[in-house]
Amino acid sequence: MAKSIDVSDLNIYYGDFLAVQGVNMTIRARAVTAFIGPSGCGKSTFLRSLNRMHEVIPGARVEGKVVVDGQSLYGSTVDPVAVRRQIGMVFQRPNPFPTMSIYDNVLAGNRLNAKRMKKGEADSIVEKSLRGANLWNEVKDRLGKPGMGLSGGQQQRLCIARAIAVEPQVLLMDEPCSALDPISTSAIEDLIHELKSDYTIVIVTHNMQQAARVSDETGFFNLKATGEPGQLVEFNPTKKMFSNPDDPATEAYISGRFG
Amino acid sequence: MSTTTKDKPQAQEPVPRAITSVGDRVFAGLTLGASLLILAALASVFIFLFAKGLPGFNRAAEVYGPRADSFLGYVAPLLGGTVIAAIIALIIAVPLAWGIALVISHYAPKFIAVPVAYLVDLLAAVPSVVFGLWGVIVLAPKMVPAFDFLNSYFAWIPIFDGDVSNSGRTIITAGVVLAIMILPIITAITREVFSRTPRLNQEAALALGATRWEMMRLTVFPYGRSGMVSAAMLGLGRALGETMAVAMVLSLGGWSGNLLGPGNSSIAANIASKYKERSEDLLSVLIASGLVLFLLTFLVNFAARWIVGRAERKMAGA
Repeated sequence: MAKSIDVSDLNIYYGDFLAVQGVNMTIRARAVTAFIGPSGCGKSTFLRSLNRMHEVIPGARVEGKVVVDGQSLYGSTVDPVAVRRQIGMVFQRPNPFPTMSIYDNVLAGNRLNAKRMKKGEADSIVEKSLRGANLWNEVKDRLGKPGMGLSGGQQQRLCIARAIAVEPQVLLMDEPCSALDPISTSAIEDLIHELKSDYTIVIVTHNMQQAARVSDETGFFNLKATGEPGQLVEFNPTKKMFSNPDDPATEAYISGRFG
Repeated sequence: MSTTTKDKPQAQEPVPRAITSVGDRVFAGLTLGASLLILAALASVFIFLFAKGLPGFNRAAEVYGPRADSFLGYVAPLLGGTVIAAIIALIIAVPLAWGIALVISHYAPKFIAVPVAYLVDLLAAVPSVVFGLWGVIVLAPKMVPAFDFLNSYFAWIPIFDGDVSNSGRTIITAGVVLAIMILPIITAITREVFSRTPRLNQEAALALGATRWEMMRLTVFPYGRSGMVSAAMLGLGRALGETMAVAMVLSLGGWSGNLLGPGNSSIAANIASKYKERSEDLLSVLIASGLVLFLLTFLVNFAARWIVGRAERKMAGA
């Protein structure tokens, strides 16, 4: 199920504006890859280009290649909708569908595939996904209640449950804990550790300690200079990144000298 | 605490005085005044209708003639015409308006969406007399073949059975004109609600692999449902009260049960066309019918508010 991602010479544009330039990396399957870097350096943009979500903004386009398990994401015959069904995403702020119950929120993605589901099958998907997101025990008695009634951390885990309910190959997380308190954050981090055995996880974070705690490999993004496009400065195993980075800019950022 | 009102304990410590400025007091006064003024206006309209219209409920039988001999018999066909014309207008305008709103807010690129939105808003600026003229001179003759078709093939439905108007000036034509007139307000409100769908929710749907249409169904429609309904209800309120266009398109006479025939006039149109030939008795009857219309539109708006409020309460979560 989990797949690796090869990115080569990726440039990302918004209209004429070059936002991210020349990214090369290989994201390992069944591992957590974290992106760190100052605000506006293009790490979220890059993350979104991995499931073509950046195309939601008019004028966005890419040059270069993103290959998932031998299949190019940007081939002329590839439908972005199909890509997003394979590569799930969790956002910065929890965003359950406000009009739906917890149960329906989990199944939202499965129902899109227009397949008729039997009640028993749907029930088992809901339970499995909610268990996978460490939320089952907290909500099993109120599955029919609105998803918006949960706390922020629970909502975010509901969104993770929704994302894994369709059994994607890759799970992208765009600062999933930035709107959460420390206890919810730690619950999500534990969850990321568990999900790693089944999924390829890519996470963007502003919190360097979080990157150090949860990831196996880390990429550091930075602007070349003010007004220049963002680029990948360094990509290495997390241990090396945080103890002995290759690039002096990485060390300066990690040790808190800028950013 | 067994304190009575007499020996209320005095505050021991001086309570810090609330900080007020002249601007706050002026603004509070202005808003209070404005809201009271609106209430007073509404109340005075109601009192006028009630006081002047009350005698109209039981006049001599010939006042209600030639078609009726009591107030109920007089106003019921007109009420029927009013409601049917408004419903025809809604059937045409609502799907169209929702569609236009969706195109403007989610499908069309900006350089098309902005002018289209502007054009639809412009429709609201056309005076209703102009719509009435257009309905009589342009639209009505063009509707006649359609009416003939309905009459020849669908006469087994009672509403299409009977004489067909030669001029095309029927309640269906009036409904079409009304539809165009209520299109802007429904479109404007729906567009506003659609475009306020949280981006976060739309992205959530897209990231799950929703197509554009599936994204609408998952987020835009549920989120905008109350707005869509209230927009339609506001349009209904307008269609019920619209006078000139209906008065010009329709000839006199209340609801006859045949959508293709002449007559089927509405309350508002009836008042407008009979107002000049008034006698005291007829005037009070007309005002009484106005009271009925007032209550009807009031109820419609009330229902709209209730539906919107219910949807909002539901959204807030239990």
